[in-house]
Amino acid sequence: MSVDLYELVVGLEVHIQLLTKSKAYSADPAEYGALPNTNISVITLGHPGTLPRFNAQVAEYAVKLGLACGCEIRRENQFARKNYFYADLPKGYQITQDKTPICTGGKIRIKLDGVVKDIALTRIHMEEDAGKSMHDQDAYDSLVDLNRAGVPLLEMVSEPELRSAEEAYAYLTEVRKLVRYLEICDGNMEEGSMRCDANISVRVRGAKEFGVKVEVKNMNSIRNVQRAIEFETKRQISVIESQGIIDQETRSFDAVNGTTFSLRSKEKANDYRYFPEPDLTPLIVTPEYIEEVRQMMPPLPEALHDRFTGEFGLSEYDAGILTDSKPIALYFADLTSHTENYKAAANWMNGPVKSFLNERALEMHQFPLQAAKIAELIALIDAGKISFSAASQKLFPYLTEHPEANALEVSETNNWLQNEDSASMDEWIQEAIARYPEKVLEYKGGKTGLIGLFMGEVMKLSQGKADPKKANQLMRDALHKI
Amino acid sequence: MYLSLADTRAALASGTTTIESLTRHYLNTIQEKSDLNAFLEVFEEDALRQAIAADQKWKAGTAGKMAGMVIGLKDNLCYKGHQVTASSKILEGFESLYSATVVQRLIDEDAVIIGRLNCDEFAMGSSNENSAYGVVKNPLDTSRVPGGSSGGSAAAVAAGLCLATLGSDTGGSIRQPASFCGVVGLKPTYGQVSRWGCIAYASSFDQVGPLANNVEDCAAILEVIAGPDEFDATMLQQPAPAFSEHMQAEGKYRIAYMPDYIENAGLDPEIRDRMLGMIEQLRAEGHTVNAVEFPYLDYVIPAYYVLTTAEASSNLSRFDGIHYGYRSKNATDLESTYKLSRSEGFGKEVKRRIMLGTFVLSSGYYDAYYSKAQKVRRILRDRTRAIFEENDFILLPSTPGTAFPLGDKSSDPIKMYLEDIYTVQANLCGIPAISLPLGKHSNGMPFGVQLMANSFQDQQLLAFSARLMAGMAEPV
Repeated sequence: MSVDLYELVVGLEVHIQLLTKSKAYSADPAEYGALPNTNISVITLGHPGTLPRFNAQVAEYAVKLGLACGCEIRRENQFARKNYFYADLPKGYQITQDKTPICTGGKIRIKLDGVVKDIALTRIHMEEDAGKSMHDQDAYDSLVDLNRAGVPLLEMVSEPELRSAEEAYAYLTEVRKLVRYLEICDGNMEEGSMRCDANISVRVRGAKEFGVKVEVKNMNSIRNVQRAIEFETKRQISVIESQGIIDQETRSFDAVNGTTFSLRSKEKANDYRYFPEPDLTPLIVTPEYIEEVRQMMPPLPEALHDRFTGEFGLSEYDAGILTDSKPIALYFADLTSHTENYKAAANWMNGPVKSFLNERALEMHQFPLQAAKIAELIALIDAGKISFSAASQKLFPYLTEHPEANALEVSETNNWLQNEDSASMDEWIQEAIARYPEKVLEYKGGKTGLIGLFMGEVMKLSQGKADPKKANQLMRDALHKI
Repeated sequence: MYLSLADTRAALASGTTTIESLTRHYLNTIQEKSDLNAFLEVFEEDALRQAIAADQKWKAGTAGKMAGMVIGLKDNLCYKGHQVTASSKILEGFESLYSATVVQRLIDEDAVIIGRLNCDEFAMGSSNENSAYGVVKNPLDTSRVPGGSSGGSAAAVAAGLCLATLGSDTGGSIRQPASFCGVVGLKPTYGQVSRWGCIAYASSFDQVGPLANNVEDCAAILEVIAGPDEFDATMLQQPAPAFSEHMQAEGKYRIAYMPDYIENAGLDPEIRDRMLGMIEQLRAEGHTVNAVEFPYLDYVIPAYYVLTTAEASSNLSRFDGIHYGYRSKNATDLESTYKLSRSEGFGKEVKRRIMLGTFVLSSGYYDAYYSKAQKVRRILRDRTRAIFEENDFILLPSTPGTAFPLGDKSSDPIKMYLEDIYTVQANLCGIPAISLPLGKHSNGMPFGVQLMANSFQDQQLLAFSARLMAGMAEPV
């Protein structure tokens, strides 16, 4: 199989479940996790005579996402009905947008191995979710939970500009980061609050026409989207290589064995009979409204990343980690208003703070220390009052237990401050040398790596209070003199 | 028995009667004339309870505007805790969990809701012969239809089974039966009355309205049911005027009529003569009557049926045998549940319209039918508006003929659809229209004369209608 002969073409449709209080077209709660069929009313149930009531927060979230992606926002938005029958769709149609999506154009910027690529968006439109059908909960019946029916979604459709499974992975990671920054969706693919369908085709490299595309569904993680694309690429190439024909069909991903299987062919596809929703008047989005939303926009990862690498001089790597999650980025931004040692601030964030959170499986907002407290630690180190190791291994853990304590006082009380008295430093150095006379000889003989051994001894003797930099210099001097 | 709300309230004020005794009278009359099949269900117990409560309020001086009004509901209006079926088997036994806004507003003003009225299934029909619960007979000649789809609503008023009724009008469903039964029927401006709780036929056409013995009662009812409702996004979000307090129409008006409509070969000659006679009379009274060119009569019915069936095909998807209503006993899986429940639950005309609507929305046919009909609707709306720039009202027939014999047209859908030829324009344009019982045919049956006004000119329309009723009644 000559894989290099072929080029992969992928477009992604991402469904973004919005964190609004109520549903898209009713006042029913939109929250996840309630007991089945409790977040419902006659509207959700599609009872005779009921009408939809548009939730304006959905438009606000759509405009937010559109602005974040640089989309054009449409002024006159018509709603449309998408008609199909299914047990979890009580009205027999889904209220969505067809010819007039609220956002068009725009892009998602991805970085892969340091290379930047913009993936163009086709559209973002507003729609409502269906309920949930469960076929494996009961021995005889399928069960339907309508809590999710009517929960608002944004559907974001990309142009077929992704060329590898890794790019698709990076794209989804960016989208997830963005919706989390905007706080419009929790981005949890495992829980289905962000869902992705992939349109996948392959063609001979250099060909103008696209190959026949296959739509793959049911991938419940970003990693699985990548796996599904990888599998499909191989499958489609091998079909072509064996002179076969790719069917235009919908396939489902099987996470257990990493393969896809056919769900339905194009011939069996629904004719959704879209037409303008007569129960809702068009939504008018004015330039003033767009400006209002723009004012509410939180800082976005790209802007923060540029600031971190530019203004703060951080590395791409550091900035990347810091902007992965909004709470961390905002904490760091806060920290930089208390210290000018940005590099040290980044090291603290990506080192002790991150480890603390990871070890306890905590989120940033659960971190007990104010940013100003971390800045105090950095200031103490910079002033030479405490070593980094004492600060990170003793003072920091203590403060996380006692967030209100004064860093300097605590260090004094516990005798963690660096001893600047060179007399005792001298004692520790002499003691360390005296303990290993044969190592001194080896050192003198050229095994300069043994300096680490002597330094370890000094730190032990000083109970970590010795300034390692200073001790290192004095130790070299002392050994030299012997 | 009192034939108007004003007379009823005068009698209540003088102590001549009580709301309870009025209600009992109507309950008895319904029983006596049950062969008309106008009522599908009488809410006897609840109606009497409401009547007694209203009498107490009347004595205390706290009774609402509708105290004394004993009213029936077309069976497509939801009333909490009561059955509502849209005269369809598919909703047999279905009980509504909530009340339509119009119903709640009537109750809040102390009306007595006496029962639900037969109609064409899902308001689709012009003769009330499409009901799953049997035909309604015209009380003026029981061998004839009462019109439709609000046939039960018109028949009930004409037969004195209640003081007034609510109907719904998608293409003439209030005005055509009003014409056939000799009562007043008003279709308000689209957006004047909430559709919340009115089982949808075609959402961009449907409007709830009153049928009564006189224009004043229609105005009084409209005053109570009209006005903004957060549950209907397509409504005008401004308070409705107090229609009943502005019923004087003095001075001279500009009235348009379309010669094409009156010269149409399908129009009964006696109705044509009556129209021409009225035009002369209006001129004689000093009004300006303008003949206006409107060469679109051939397009109104096709445009109307394409658009309403398209909307209906989607609106009726919810009746699927899954969540509520009729489910076929023969269903074995999801697909057969849909197919069998809908095939068995819906009547022939409803299925015909669902199929027609599904077809016109199908990919490949959408532009040729749905889009084109939308364009026709826009043109009709623009041209009709243009007429109102120079005229206050448009005068036209309500129906091409009088009530026809039962079974006469039920086998020919096109013939039946042409019953709506004069009424669909108001729905296509969203404007208010009223049918006034100003004609009497030599065959003994009444017929209506229709007036249309510009959007949200319901008040002017009602006031002028009252003046016409006072001055134009034909000597019998």
